[in-house]
Amino acid sequence: MSVLRLSKAVYDAIRAHGEETYPHECCGALLGRSAAEGWSINSSVKAGNARTDSAHNRYQISPGELVRIEREARKQGLSIGGFYHSHPDHPAQWSPTDLAEAHWLGCSYVITAVAQGKAVLTNSFLLAGETEENKRFELESIVVSE
Amino acid sequence: MTIYIPTPLRPFAMGKDAVEVTATTVAGALDALTQEHPDLRKHLFTSEGKVRAFVNLYLNDEDVRYLPAKEETAISPNDTLSIIPSIAGGGPGLGMKATSCLPRAHRERQHTISGWRMER
Repeated sequence: MSVLRLSKAVYDAIRAHGEETYPHECCGALLGRSAAEGWSINSSVKAGNARTDSAHNRYQISPGELVRIEREARKQGLSIGGFYHSHPDHPAQWSPTDLAEAHWLGCSYVITAVAQGKAVLTNSFLLAGETEENKRFELESIVVSE
Repeated sequence: MTIYIPTPLRPFAMGKDAVEVTATTVAGALDALTQEHPDLRKHLFTSEGKVRAFVNLYLNDEDVRYLPAKEETAISPNDTLSIIPSIAGGGPGLGMKATSCLPRAHRERQHTISGWRMER
């Protein structure tokens, strides 16, 4: 099982973001470095949810905002290692929509369940596989450091 | 020009996060890129040779699909081309039962652990 490492500040920030945007889904990017066991995340970047038509159960980061986020990551010597979003009043499990819309192979997808405005469980899934045809989500460990 | 390679495609470009190519159009730049790194082709293009729907191309700050000449847009040596796969998703739709997509063993595990552990 791969491991996603992040600081408590980042962990708390992505969960707080889910509470801020409740009952809508939040979303953002995770910047860090790749290690043998998985991604080590240095910081998170909040993004706007472009799915304003259905923000309670869908999220999308506009490609223009992604370009800006990746540009900033590059300046810091980091890479986009994953993304996070929330599931308002739904479990912290990937959905068929999450898998269908996931294209960042080798990256971590973090999902926080937000129940009645309160962040509960947070899970991370590695998008494994080599192609669109055999991609799959694999549960990974989250290790939070002080 | 410089083509920026996103994280998931770097393994197919010898680990590079940027590749320098010489070309006169966006399409020509992509052709040069995939000639140098052939393994990128299947990730960028459909079997019909069209850019995959989830692959966004940004010439500097402009979305190529909204430029008048699209992929035939002329480029200069100082331009940058960013390849950005889309990012989207979401929870179950309205009326869907909120069930897990994980295998049963994983679902049960999720109910018995806090989801993370602390390291000091």
